Amino acid sequence: MGHHKEFIDKPMLDAAVTGRAFKLAAVIGGVGLAATAAGLAMGEKEQFFFSWLVAFMVFTTISVGALFYTIIHHVARATYSAGLRRTAENVAANLPIMAVLFIPVILGMHTLYHWTHAEAVAEDPILQWKSGYLNDTFFLIRAAAYFAVWTALIWFFRRTSVAQDASGDVALTFKMRKYAPIGVLAVALSITFAGFDWAMSLDPHWFSTMFGVWTFAGSLVGFYAVQALMVLWLSKPGRYENTLTVGVRHDAGKLLFAFTIFWAYISFSQYYLIWYANIPEETAFFQHRLQGGWENVGRLVIIGHFLLPFWVLMSRHMKRNRTVLALGAGWMIVMHFVDLYYVIMPNFHTHGPHYHWMDLTALLGIGGLWLAFIIRRYQKAAGVAYRDPQLIASMEYDNA
Amino acid sequence: MADRRRNWGLLAEFQNPARLLEAAQAVRERGYTKFETWSPFPIHGMDDAMGLKGSRLGWIVLAGGLTGLTTGLTLQWWAGTMAYPLVIGGKPLFAWEFALPVTFELSVLLSAFGAVFGMFALNRMPKPFHPLDRVKRFKKVTDDAFFLSIEAGDPKFDLEESRKLLESLGGTGIVVVEE
Repeated sequence: MGHHKEFIDKPMLDAAVTGRAFKLAAVIGGVGLAATAAGLAMGEKEQFFFSWLVAFMVFTTISVGALFYTIIHHVARATYSAGLRRTAENVAANLPIMAVLFIPVILGMHTLYHWTHAEAVAEDPILQWKSGYLNDTFFLIRAAAYFAVWTALIWFFRRTSVAQDASGDVALTFKMRKYAPIGVLAVALSITFAGFDWAMSLDPHWFSTMFGVWTFAGSLVGFYAVQALMVLWLSKPGRYENTLTVGVRHDAGKLLFAFTIFWAYISFSQYYLIWYANIPEETAFFQHRLQGGWENVGRLVIIGHFLLPFWVLMSRHMKRNRTVLALGAGWMIVMHFVDLYYVIMPNFHTHGPHYHWMDLTALLGIGGLWLAFIIRRYQKAAGVAYRDPQLIASMEYDNA
Repeated sequence: MADRRRNWGLLAEFQNPARLLEAAQAVRERGYTKFETWSPFPIHGMDDAMGLKGSRLGWIVLAGGLTGLTTGLTLQWWAGTMAYPLVIGGKPLFAWEFALPVTFELSVLLSAFGAVFGMFALNRMPKPFHPLDRVKRFKKVTDDAFFLSIEAGDPKFDLEESRKLLESLGGTGIVVVEE
């Protein structure tokens, strides 16, 4: 083509840049976790566990979304995403850390999940019927299995990808492509059942077969929002400005836009079928969430998670504008939190929303820690897969 | 050839998409405005190389989508509450919940119509005849050939100068196309 591009950015980010970002994230995380621990010490046990579960779900789903994106790149043999690949790998590599942050959920199982109470199950035929699946042991085995699968997958994909930085061996690309299809299957099944276990079973009588794909849709919206912000950060002058072109930023924006619509389609379909069938055992879920003030949170989700970003992110011009994309992506991370809050919290504050400061500190605590671990990976390895055989071609796409 | 036809322009063939892209860029840089590239598939970066502005198609699609949205909603509201106010399955005469699928589908349908028919209109299609159809080799453009044409109507057009430019860019089989 006119002028062949080549990789001219430095493979590693400046230590000063990552050092500053790491400190900031670690401080936010440390303060958030300390404040949340103080809240627990003050005896607000129930509030603590629910606030923690929401924050845990926000960052676990985003990490699983990143894992899915890492793998789907290889399934599709995509070229455009070669420059984005390392970002997804670095985010997904937090999944083993999410396993550690799952410990409070285990400790709070009996506070969070009604079906863990033997006496409640004894007098409830529906819970007895479900007890083959919803019981303490199997719940823990499944959680261990999800984290084992996620950890194994990201360990393999990130390690192979980083090894290619050193060797430039094209065979590693083919190796990753070979294991990608089974990986996608494993992620799809694990996130579906994780959604059932950790969020849907909070209301153990209620069920929705769309809940798994709803969890998946939200995971990707959250991840694409994080990815867009990271691409904006990584493409600043002196970082990867020549690799992560305006076309790559545009792609990050397009993915966020597309999956915002996908999420809306799935969320509405779940609501619509329940509304239309009008069967009490299914409608109870939305009944709690449409009264006592929760209906306002629901309106915020419809407007903030779909209508607003739909119009803002639709235009090409907006997606290529750094400020608009940053605002849109930041907003969508907040909305991902609100969406999970709206599904999880009404199980605790059944009569209406009761906002607690621990909702925020748990989110900042886990989020800061989560971000600090991601930045650590930029200190240890190149921030883009700079010897990926597709990388140069990906830089040629400008989405004109 | 008893009748004397007017010159439509020049046509040159290029070896591959990369050469065509370079040629388009050079022709634009020389100040030509009425030129066109022809290839069997879209070429990444060609819009920039040719200096094409963003398409107006998006606005046509938006207009189609909004028409579908309004039509879908008002049709269901009018039919359910005015024309045939029947209670079905205990549902209200009108509710946004059940109205949404039809509204969505109609928005998508009319958006798609806007995209397809808008594209036809903007490309001035269908066009049963084009001067380039006279060039036999040009048939290969739907298979494996890449062409660039400069119209005689271009203010910068000069039969000799333009021919030399195309030659210098690596164009082969340069022919004068008659109207």
